[in-house]
Amino acid sequence: MRYSAFSVFTQALRGHTGWKPAWRKAEPAPSYDVVIIGGGGGGLATAYYLAKNHPEVGRIAVLEKSWLGGGNIGRNTTIIRSNYMLPGNEPFYEFSMKLWEGLEQDLNYNAMVSQRGIYNIYHSDVQRDAYAKRGNAMILHGAGAQLLDRAQLRKEIPYLNYDNARFPVQGALVQRRGGTARHDAVAWGYARGADQRGVDIIENCEVTAILQENGKVTGVETTRGTIRAGKVAMAVAGASSLLAAKAGLRLPIESHVLQAFVTEGLKPLIDTVITFGAGHFYISQSDKGGLVFGGDIDGYNSYAQRGNLPVVEDVCEGGMALMPMIGRARLLRSWGGVMDMSMDGSPIIDKTPVENLLINAGWCYGGFKATPASGYCFAHLIARGEPHPVAAAYRLERFAEGKVIDEKGVGAQPNLH
Amino acid sequence: MRITCPHCGTRGVEEFTYTQDAERTRPRDGGAVPTKEWTDYVYLRDNLKGPRREYWYHGAGCHAWLVVERDVSTHEILSVTLP
Amino acid sequence: MTGYRLAQGGLVDRDQTVNFRFDGKHYAGLAGDTLASALLANGVKLFGRSFKYHRPRGVFTCGSEEPNALVELRVGAHREPNTRATMAEIFDGLEAASQNRGFSLKYDPLSVNNLLAPFLSAGFYYKTFMWPAGFWEKLYEPIIRRAAGLGRNAGVPDPDVYEKTTEFCDVLVVGGGADGVAAARQAAAQGSRVILCDENAPLAALELPENISLFTRTTVFGVYDGGTYGALERLTDHLPSSNAPRQRLIHIIAQRSVLATGATERPIAFGHNDLPGVMLSSAVDDYITRYGVTPGRNVLLYINNDDAAGLIPTLSDAGVNIAGVVDARPQGSDAVHAAARAASAPVYAGAAIIRAFGALGVKGAKIHLAKGGELTIPCDIIATSGGFNPNLALTSHFDGNPVWDASIAAFVPGKVPPGMSVVGKAAGQGINVNIVPCFHSGYFPGKSFLDQQNDVTVKDVKLAEREGFASVEHVKRYTTLGMATDQGKTANVNAIGVLAETLGRGIGETGTTRYRPPYVPVAIGAFAGAHTGKHFRPARLTPTHGWAEKQGAVFVETGPWLRAQYYPKPGEDWLAAAQREVNAVRNGVGICDVTTLGKIDIQGPDAAKFVECVYTNSWTNLAVGRVRYGLMLREDGMAMDDGTTARLGETHFVMTTTTANAGRVMQQLEFCAQVLWPELDVSLISVTDQWGQIAVAGPRSTAVLAKIVDAPFDLSDEAFPYMACGELSVCGGVPARLFRISFSGERAYELAVPARYAHALAEKLMEAGAEYDIAPYGTEALGIMRIEKGHAAGPELNGQTTAHDLGLHKLLSKKKDFIGRAMAARPALMDPRRPTLVGLRPVNPADIIRAGSHLLPIEAEAIAANDQGHVTSAARSPSLGSIALALLENGPARHGETIRVYDPLRGGDCQAIVTAPVHYDPEGSRLHA
Repeated sequence: MRYSAFSVFTQALRGHTGWKPAWRKAEPAPSYDVVIIGGGGGGLATAYYLAKNHPEVGRIAVLEKSWLGGGNIGRNTTIIRSNYMLPGNEPFYEFSMKLWEGLEQDLNYNAMVSQRGIYNIYHSDVQRDAYAKRGNAMILHGAGAQLLDRAQLRKEIPYLNYDNARFPVQGALVQRRGGTARHDAVAWGYARGADQRGVDIIENCEVTAILQENGKVTGVETTRGTIRAGKVAMAVAGASSLLAAKAGLRLPIESHVLQAFVTEGLKPLIDTVITFGAGHFYISQSDKGGLVFGGDIDGYNSYAQRGNLPVVEDVCEGGMALMPMIGRARLLRSWGGVMDMSMDGSPIIDKTPVENLLINAGWCYGGFKATPASGYCFAHLIARGEPHPVAAAYRLERFAEGKVIDEKGVGAQPNLH
Repeated sequence: MRITCPHCGTRGVEEFTYTQDAERTRPRDGGAVPTKEWTDYVYLRDNLKGPRREYWYHGAGCHAWLVVERDVSTHEILSVTLP
Repeated sequence: MTGYRLAQGGLVDRDQTVNFRFDGKHYAGLAGDTLASALLANGVKLFGRSFKYHRPRGVFTCGSEEPNALVELRVGAHREPNTRATMAEIFDGLEAASQNRGFSLKYDPLSVNNLLAPFLSAGFYYKTFMWPAGFWEKLYEPIIRRAAGLGRNAGVPDPDVYEKTTEFCDVLVVGGGADGVAAARQAAAQGSRVILCDENAPLAALELPENISLFTRTTVFGVYDGGTYGALERLTDHLPSSNAPRQRLIHIIAQRSVLATGATERPIAFGHNDLPGVMLSSAVDDYITRYGVTPGRNVLLYINNDDAAGLIPTLSDAGVNIAGVVDARPQGSDAVHAAARAASAPVYAGAAIIRAFGALGVKGAKIHLAKGGELTIPCDIIATSGGFNPNLALTSHFDGNPVWDASIAAFVPGKVPPGMSVVGKAAGQGINVNIVPCFHSGYFPGKSFLDQQNDVTVKDVKLAEREGFASVEHVKRYTTLGMATDQGKTANVNAIGVLAETLGRGIGETGTTRYRPPYVPVAIGAFAGAHTGKHFRPARLTPTHGWAEKQGAVFVETGPWLRAQYYPKPGEDWLAAAQREVNAVRNGVGICDVTTLGKIDIQGPDAAKFVECVYTNSWTNLAVGRVRYGLMLREDGMAMDDGTTARLGETHFVMTTTTANAGRVMQQLEFCAQVLWPELDVSLISVTDQWGQIAVAGPRSTAVLAKIVDAPFDLSDEAFPYMACGELSVCGGVPARLFRISFSGERAYELAVPARYAHALAEKLMEAGAEYDIAPYGTEALGIMRIEKGHAAGPELNGQTTAHDLGLHKLLSKKKDFIGRAMAARPALMDPRRPTLVGLRPVNPADIIRAGSHLLPIEAEAIAANDQGHVTSAARSPSLGSIALALLENGPARHGETIRVYDPLRGGDCQAIVTAPVHYDPEGSRLHA
């Protein structure tokens, strides 16, 4: 059923009894042409674009071990942006931004993509120049950017701590096209779109083994039986190493926990996305009124989906340092997501040494904004056997070759990215 | 989390820094050539669930490097020793 | 619903009147009242408007689980939105206001949403507002945002002060009820140190042994690893605003914990069950017994268990009429029948409330009788009890999921965090006697709410299920159930019940969503504590900071340090001052505090071998008394840091690092010494703070030093040439270390003295240099001179560059192992096309090159494909004008080429000549001038 104001109106008159499930509860078939492991943002977007752009691949299934969209797509701070610097990254994230800009009409699902702008605050001359370098790269890639000085910033965002800061607020790099989207709706919208195009979305179906014959993948063993597959595509950020191990692979990835927070609902207060440049803190306000904010990863390996107090305190200190008006806003909920922290802070979309096994992993804490392009490019790779041009740098071999994509310049220590 | 440093006693996690797992060994070949062994050492991790051996640095304390055996699924610390 | 203060009873102080205002109107309460109890005593029933439909709402509970009675407390910068009236203690002069409403609580134009409700079903916004695309940000979203949210943030800095402490104990007891006090006493009797936390204000003095520390108004909100608990103590929230700390975040480190958090009642849902006057039965009981206030005059009970029967004698003792007892159980129970008989109240066993009546408050209820037929009963309070839910959130902050215990129709703790035990009602003991599960009456005329704060109805949950959102997590996310400020404390279990029924599954099988900290909302200010404003992070000061202040220095934040940036003379801006300082150094002599550079003392028989492991170049052949420049890589082959290291003795080195990397280099060196090469006999210690170090630079530097160096130290070029070092004494016996090294490119020294002498040393040097017009110089002049000399610094050592990129590949020894050696040899890192360090000078001297500009071939289109590098550092040299360092593809081969310097962000677009990185004195002759 197509969603529209009209359909809501007619359904309302019928007591909303006519709505159909957003996606079917599919039963696993014995075999598929492509099996995508992971019913999160990456997996669902991949399924959607595979079915939409490459219908020739045949039958597609998405296997989700638990409930759909329950991983990092449902536990993030919902920011979308394409403010990257390096040539391996910026075309990809800008492509993703363009997909965001047409996403809702494409999916017929309101994911509340809101281009309310993202401000990266700078606090020193050196930081200003580093942001200028990045902003100029964004302009060269067609992503757009602006550099505001202190006076310009103060006019746009008057409530920052301009007068009593340990690290003075000097200005900001702004991407007006950046913003937020409703994270759960992205997963549900892709799921609905994929389902409508015939993809079987199978929840509560955990992959227990990856079946191989002569170095080739032939299918997967699951908690709901054996499923044969022509190609198996992994999109299980947060559990990539665990799944890869089932195929005998080790990855350039560590799993880290990233906490995020939301306050009680407040009337409109913060109309954009703001990141602190002298500490770990970023914030936006959801349409529902909660201040959504986060900071740094906890810094140690974890599969526990929860963090500890020191990071909560560090993040709130950053928030108070930047915008002391939020002191009386109360933190309502916290959550922790398990991040695929890669060795250079950039993702992997590639084939693997095992034939017909493909991988989409290593998104660090930046996977949400990448969701559309991640799915689009992974679908391209699955269907065509070669990388999409904007994702061509995201190869596994780049580490051995030295072609790392290290935006932060901190090297092979994932918790620093 | 609280880690019992063999030198300093039990301290909060905020005094320590995790850097990498302690399950790999730096190749002893003198490092003239970037072999697969080197790439694996620098870039690849097992990263599995359950108890793991990790290097933690007591930077806000005695500057000792510690080998912490820790269950990454539960955060339970099983042992802390010097390397 | 018209409440009033009973003639007697309650724990309030009837001799102490407290005056306060609500929505501008004056009221009087009693000491010990909450805002809710005081307003109820004054007959107030309307407290707020609901989130989505703006329906009138009253008080629903008597505790921290309150979903409805949220107010803005205090005024101005102290305004605190979304505060539970049920927890806010009143004080003289308190100002409170209702929130999320139109002109007044009674007349709210947005209550039109209630009429539109059929179109505002769960998740309706996912299905519409998509056309036209540009309208979302401009039209739909602003309307939605204005309508959403609850209270208003003050929008100005929080004026209050917050504290943090850490407390240690053997046993932490959470909950100061009878079970908690008993557990605390028992542990104390066994000799344990006990902390007892209770979230309420103290109502009566409690005699406790001295090894029990009692924290009242303290909520334990989270369980963390290693026996760490987060607690929030509300210090002055019950007092008029003052300078005293408002709240205190307590880290409690406990060996064991006992959870005695009791249980929270859940309602039974029915039509219009959100009208003011519908309350939890335990809340009605609490208002009477704790505050001596009855919320109404004529109470109808709607229950399914015997626990709630206790309200019947409470009401009749207080002289409040009981309109009847609607018991959802087919036969009722003996306990209820007996209590009702004693109170002469009718019992309607097996009946159900269809709906409540009333406009801004309950006027009556229509019930469906067991034998069929309907009955309308006038009442002003409906006290409902669907049983109790153990308060077990803290048990599942780790990985433990609550377990459904069908015998008491409640979730009870499953696996608990290590060291925790649960007692009393929180463990499901003694609750829900003779309960027959009932989450809703089965009748939903109008709206039947599950989550009152987020306006989620029974129909919404059923709709979510119909649309495929059948997992409990999906229902939560699709309907927003349980996501309001009360975290669904009175809503979740009912919703799970409705969902389970809809799915035809068991409740245990349906499961709960995961509980996460904090248990109650905690102010961001409390987590930040004193780390606000200038105190966000401590400032490290150099030992000459006070001296520099006296010279009128302007300071700049450099990582954690504050450094002198420049020393302006009257009328000088930063550039004029910095250029004058450069000239002073180049033509005479200047001094600069360089203490911030990391200094690591390395000693031991294997010290030289050790330094070889961490630097790329050779060190065993460095003579004692000499200094060498060193480059350090990360293990992945990228440049990490550089600096000079001096050999003070056969087994003694002093390494300097950049200011920014001091900590990381120390960490890496310790790793090498303790983990990678433990066989090397070497010891390290950071001496950054122990030695104050001052650069003395310029052609007159030797002459200045000669005046303060104690005899017989020989400063002649023969005895102490460029790159020499030595230990000596200065100023008549102050121990010192002298290094003849130069960052400025001039004849220069760095002189280190114990930090406590640095201030005096700066004065002595100024005195000694007076005849040469000695000038102090800051980081701006330092930066200009290092760019003139083409030295790499932070912007070049950015973690993305190799030794080759920086023109330092000759420093990579081929004869020994060092950190990063293997990975530095990867093909892509050796590629000559990589961006490599060059110098830039504008073709037109009037142009100014800015750092952060990108480099394009001249005449090439400004697109990413033509991007060939960027400007890393730029300076305004007093002698050379605009100069810059840049990383340019294939740089060394392009010296002399003209290139486009493109800076669209700041409107810059000029041409520059590519040069060698060293702009000034490429021969290095000034080192000896």
